[in-house]
Amino acid sequence: MRVPYFPGCTLHSKAAGFDASARAAALALDIHLDELPYWTCCGATFSMAADSAMGLVAPTRILASAKDAGKLLTLCSFCYNTLKRTNKVIATDAERRRKVTTFIEEDYQGTVKIVHLLEILRDDLGFDALARKVVTPLKGLKVAPYYGCLLLRPADEMGFDDPERPTILEKFLASLGCEVVEFPHRTECCGSFVVVGAPDTARECSGRIVDAAAVAGAEVMVVSCPLCQYNLDRAQHDPANGGRAKAKVPVLYFSQLLAIALGCEPSCLHFESHAVDPRPRLSAWLEAPAPAPAA
Amino acid sequence: MILSQLKTEQDVIVAIKEISGEDVRACYQCGKCTAGCPLSGAMDLMPNQILRLIQLGEYEQVLQCRTIWHCASCLTCASRCPKSVDPARVMEALRTILMRRGAVHVDIPTLPTQVLTEAPQQALIGGFRKFVGY
Amino acid sequence: MAAETVQFYLMGKPHAVPKGLTIQKAMEYAGFRQLRGCGCRGGFCGACGTVYRTAGDYKLKVGLACQTVVEDQMYLALIPFFPAVKANYSIEDLPPTAETIISLYPEVLRCVGCNSCRKVCPQEIEVMRYIAAAQRGDIARVANLSFDCLMCGLCASRCPAEIVQYNVAILARRLYSRHIAKPAVHLAARVEEIERGGCDADLASMMAATDADLKRMYAARVIEPEEL
Repeated sequence: MRVPYFPGCTLHSKAAGFDASARAAALALDIHLDELPYWTCCGATFSMAADSAMGLVAPTRILASAKDAGKLLTLCSFCYNTLKRTNKVIATDAERRRKVTTFIEEDYQGTVKIVHLLEILRDDLGFDALARKVVTPLKGLKVAPYYGCLLLRPADEMGFDDPERPTILEKFLASLGCEVVEFPHRTECCGSFVVVGAPDTARECSGRIVDAAAVAGAEVMVVSCPLCQYNLDRAQHDPANGGRAKAKVPVLYFSQLLAIALGCEPSCLHFESHAVDPRPRLSAWLEAPAPAPAA
Repeated sequence: MILSQLKTEQDVIVAIKEISGEDVRACYQCGKCTAGCPLSGAMDLMPNQILRLIQLGEYEQVLQCRTIWHCASCLTCASRCPKSVDPARVMEALRTILMRRGAVHVDIPTLPTQVLTEAPQQALIGGFRKFVGY
Repeated sequence: MAAETVQFYLMGKPHAVPKGLTIQKAMEYAGFRQLRGCGCRGGFCGACGTVYRTAGDYKLKVGLACQTVVEDQMYLALIPFFPAVKANYSIEDLPPTAETIISLYPEVLRCVGCNSCRKVCPQEIEVMRYIAAAQRGDIARVANLSFDCLMCGLCASRCPAEIVQYNVAILARRLYSRHIAKPAVHLAARVEEIERGGCDADLASMMAATDADLKRMYAARVIEPEEL
């Protein structure tokens, strides 16, 4: 299947490992991520001001560019949240739709469906089918799935999973052969962009989450957002440098584990950019040559 | 503090309602928003206190607090409120009012180079939207 | 026979000028001596960026004064300069990455995608598109898209996010030339040839020639040799 893909600013640079591993893993599943030919930043955050039109301009333009395909895939929670919530305003608020679409000179009614790669794996492929395609089961790897806030909330607009007891990442990890570690704080905010204005506050939030995962026995965590990855990863630095977490738990993108499990080339992983190096724990699967895929 | 209905009809209170789309009078101070807020440790006024002050028309304190600049819009508060009030939208309205008056809460020229080069673009873009405005 | 005239407004005052003049020539016809906002007169230096409206039309239009012909009822203002911020840097030390752009011009991340920059560009450059590329570190694309930029400053004047787009673009073009573009080997070879004295004999004979000889040589020169 081919699906139009919106990477977002961060995946093209800082989170290259997220983008590359997702493309490689999707390709191994015969899912082609067709990057939009022309895209700009979506604005990262959704403006909740009821009279705001400016904040809707960039994401609406992006959505309008995908209207012929009717579908748009994102990986990053920020882009997913911003595009989906913007789309709902455009689809339901006639006055703001008129204002924004007239300004950007596009005829767009809110018809694009925004999807996340995990949704495609769950709904179009199915986790059972995914399990059958795994060539390198990650047996024995204790993984704590971290959702963060933007994938799940507001629940009525995101419709991604149960906002209080989600299971999509758990099922995904189980299909890769991992041992899923349950821990509190898995849907709690990592501190997000507050790290720019008040880094100590954000580090407290992230540190709490990493410590809880470590206490529950996690060896690694998976996320779907470059900012969660950055916050949780950096919170584990030496306390003298402002880090808060006591444990050392590598923070991975879900697509990196998927790429390993599907036998993709390790060059797509970009683990060198992680502050807490995942390679020691994953070395068994990174060095072994991938066995031939089951027919 | 003088309590009067006139105070609840002031321009700023009306603006908060229009920009947030929320009627804070629905809040009955159960405190679930504050209890669930992961950033509350850094806040001076708690989320439920902010709603109470707005109910009473006491907007000056609210506009001067630190709280709204530590809100991450994570919507934990909104997802817990039994009266379907969205305190995050109220926070956004308060920030919007101040930023439209020219308030800037992240001084871009003095951000450390390390933050600019290490933080993912989303953090900076989101932080600038929420705390610098346009 | 009286020439047809058109009326345009400069600083709010009407002036009647013959039809067919550029804004710059029309200003001089009206008696203004231009000390600012006038440069190469050839559409290349960006000094004469002009914004204007025509009667009854709310749309803001733009052009270079030296290239744009006066329309009747044109109401204009030259913007020779708009205050800008320019980062100090040494191009040798900078990697061609998103981090370089963001650390020198962090406000580039404030872009709201309004497209005001592209709409006001007299060169019709896709400014918003290259700012998007800058945010994600696609330096080559910024360089290519901004190639026609004259640094006139009109984009910066309209940007609600207070970005100085043309300074971001020239940083990207410098990064591209210094760190990404392949070095011009033919240029290096030519420089070496000159340093080895390859042109010394020709130069010496020209320096020794009389004026008459030089004139004869000039008139007889071959401009486009058939064989290289």
